[in-house]
Amino acid sequence: MTPDFIQFDKSDQQTTLFISGEVDLSNSAELRKTILGALKTTDSVKVNLSGVDYIDSSGIAAMVEGLQFANSNGKKFSLTAPSQQVNSILRLARLDQVFDIE
Amino acid sequence: MTTDNHTPETVISVKQLVTHYGMRKILDGVDMDVKRGEIRVIMGGSGSGKSTLLWHILGLYEPTKGEIELLGQNIHQINFNDNLKLKQNIGVSFQSGALFSSMTVGENVALPLREFTDLDENTIRIISRMKLEVVNLGGFHKLMPAQLSGGMIKRAALARAIVMDPKLLFFDEPSAGLDPVVASEIDDLILSLRDTMGMSMVVVTHELDSAFKIADKITVLDNGKNLITGTVEEIQQSDNKRVMDLLQRRSRHDKLNPSEYLKRLTQENYTLS
Repeated sequence: MTPDFIQFDKSDQQTTLFISGEVDLSNSAELRKTILGALKTTDSVKVNLSGVDYIDSSGIAAMVEGLQFANSNGKKFSLTAPSQQVNSILRLARLDQVFDIE
Repeated sequence: MTTDNHTPETVISVKQLVTHYGMRKILDGVDMDVKRGEIRVIMGGSGSGKSTLLWHILGLYEPTKGEIELLGQNIHQINFNDNLKLKQNIGVSFQSGALFSSMTVGENVALPLREFTDLDENTIRIISRMKLEVVNLGGFHKLMPAQLSGGMIKRAALARAIVMDPKLLFFDEPSAGLDPVVASEIDDLILSLRDTMGMSMVVVTHELDSAFKIADKITVLDNGKNLITGTVEEIQQSDNKRVMDLLQRRSRHDKLNPSEYLKRLTQENYTLS
């Protein structure tokens, strides 16, 4: 079952995950599980972050793990429309230079 | 407490704090309010009470009188579970670094995550290494603290202090003993964390350049009392002689009490009153 803060848009080739609200220690494990699950069933996963009000380090770590899994398995993983807060956290850890951000 | 939309929430409230070491009064009715997203610098000469104030805010010492609230909770009346949650929202970077010498840098940084969360090991590894990247220690996770320089130890301690993404961050002399370039890097990091994560911070320091660079407000303590609190400009323009002494690093010019001074030098059982 998909948690409330994640919406799916899935085709044969690609899955887009729309994340909304706050991502923190209370729900980042669900985000991680959903990202890794999506990467196992499609070749490309996009995580749309436009609706994210706040994300903590555990949420960012879930996406880092997704990227690592995608790179190891010949799949694509990208982030789209990160909010200003998400962007500034990615920049602080210099992850803006690691993720494919659209 | 004002809670309208235009006034930031008070996240640290100190009211009429009084404390003694033995007979000696160290803090004498200190008040301090810190707002969300604010960097408050506490300054003062040696023995002014600035570190003592910090230890009280952290709940390490019991005051003689007064109240302290962190994130709206009175730290002396808080129950065990709420206190545990509160501690997860507090990061502390001690003057010495206080890293465990028997653990690697990575293990030191990861420690609060292992202590307070049930995150899996992969996530803990990623978060702790990400924090080391933030403090410019990327790839240093396998080193032991003894293999780090003084500046690197302070940065590693900062990585550990922020590993839980705390709402409140406390620093005791973050740039003491560091060369100016490294000290300036620490200041930049403090500002970045405020701007990026919205953290509220209390920084105890005697470094004027650092204080003026990072502070939203400065509280100057003198003999355990709040001498003045104001913005950097207000502090710099203050005509209070003691504040001017501090800024100009001049020695104190208190009028000497000759008989009291003689007692201090000669009486075997002399104690400060």
